[in-house]
Amino acid sequence: MGYEISLLTVMGISIIGSLSLNLITGFCGQVSLGHAAFVGIGAYTASLLTKADTSFFIALLAGTLLAGTFGVMVGLASLRVRHDFLAITTMGVNFVFLGVVRQQEWLGGELGVSSIPDTGLGKLGFLALVLGSVILVALLSLQIRRSWMGYVFEAISEDEDTARMLGLDVSRYKLIAFALGTALAGLSGGLYAHHVRFIFPDSFAFVESITLLAMVVIGGNGSIIGVIIASALLSVLPQWFQFIGDYKLLLYGSLLFIVMRFSPGGLSGLTQSLFPKSKNSFALKENQ
Amino acid sequence: MKLLDLRNISVSFGGVNALEDVSLNLNQGEILGLIGPNGAGKTTMLRVITGVVQSNKGEIDLEGQMINNLPIHARVRKGLGFAQQLVRPFQEMTLVENVALASGIEQTRHPWRSMFRVERSEALRESLKWLAMVGIEDAADSLPNAVPLGYLKRMEVARVLALRPRMLLLDEPLAGLNQAEAAAFADILVKLNRQGQTILLIEHNLAEVRRISSRLVVLDNGRKLAEGNPESVLKQSSVLEAYVGKGNVHVEN
Repeated sequence: MGYEISLLTVMGISIIGSLSLNLITGFCGQVSLGHAAFVGIGAYTASLLTKADTSFFIALLAGTLLAGTFGVMVGLASLRVRHDFLAITTMGVNFVFLGVVRQQEWLGGELGVSSIPDTGLGKLGFLALVLGSVILVALLSLQIRRSWMGYVFEAISEDEDTARMLGLDVSRYKLIAFALGTALAGLSGGLYAHHVRFIFPDSFAFVESITLLAMVVIGGNGSIIGVIIASALLSVLPQWFQFIGDYKLLLYGSLLFIVMRFSPGGLSGLTQSLFPKSKNSFALKENQ
Repeated sequence: MKLLDLRNISVSFGGVNALEDVSLNLNQGEILGLIGPNGAGKTTMLRVITGVVQSNKGEIDLEGQMINNLPIHARVRKGLGFAQQLVRPFQEMTLVENVALASGIEQTRHPWRSMFRVERSEALRESLKWLAMVGIEDAADSLPNAVPLGYLKRMEVARVLALRPRMLLLDEPLAGLNQAEAAAFADILVKLNRQGQTILLIEHNLAEVRRISSRLVVLDNGRKLAEGNPESVLKQSSVLEAYVGKGNVHVEN
């Protein structure tokens, strides 16, 4: 039973992480290759705080907010870069994060942060907290997608110059995507740190950013349910099959490549092409 | 009444002067045709107005307010409606959805609040009216890649109209259309103008420009060459020279 609970907890934390990246990359079209850095900021902040006797929930909140703050700063710096250049810039952010964390004694250096305190929620209680967060993040994603904000994100992700010509404040919308996405990455980091109770720099290495991106792309860039399914699968596979853990970068990298090449819409795109549903016709409805 | 007043605009790209000390104004309710040979600086002028290009010198005055330093989207929200020369529809949205994004401009004014605004049906309904106005309501639910260029050009105008702009700034709206399509499109512009819409138009199709414009401004080599009512401007020898070259004018006449 303990194993299943742990598995579900890991799954839930991955889903929060990939849904948070989905807000930035899937909804708003801003490819980020450094999302693990923000997961790391949340994890380090929350665990150092609980080790300093801060209450768990306040620590979790602080990790979320700090990750979001850094996210806005990176977003501000990235406003002028697009596409490939944005991907490279965010990749750089991941390496800067690792470089800083490895060098700082007070952050644990190479050894990381160990004996992170127990949350006192119990394993089931913690799982309930994680699943509750998954539901909230999924609902937030749904709300964004059906709102005018989601409409604008769609436009920005396709053609931001034209979006500007329609009076849309592209920069601010992008910053919102960064703020929300990185803050929620921080939340998943805080949860992760208190689940495994031991973190070190490599927990947030570049390969973890690629893993998150693979979950988003394989699920179907922008599709909420697709991303949930893909991250549930990809997060437990290495737990079931040890060899996957050893070849993670190779496997997820290849998956990423295969999906991009053969089904750019990911799982969600594949389902739609297998079972096409007619698009709601607005004009026809009006005329009836 | 002057709606837009451009004073002494100069733009240079890496030492090449695209515009030199050009002043022009757009009056409420007119159709102003901005013409000139290729490379005259017409499109640059339009880009200066919308803010895509920053002028090195000069002032852009929108009814007494300087808008030089406003970003593009803020100028659009002040009433500048710009239709691009190459139509760039959002390919994953139907035509009516393309237009609705513009007609819901009030819903998207405050980015954070837009997260709590969900209702789109009113914007869609209004957009159907704009599509009907330009005569393509039958294609409302089509995706952009499924309709001809003429439809996309009209969609672009509908999308700009949906912003309820105080002026329409059009960059070669007739380019790429055949004669009949161009005439029909020009008629739409006349209809809009009769309803009070102010229009600034860059156009190479001189026959249509002459037919529908209330006033012409001619640019050549980044300078203003002539200005006035279409008939008299197009008779000036300097204008003819700019178009067909010195020595050929007698042929044209």
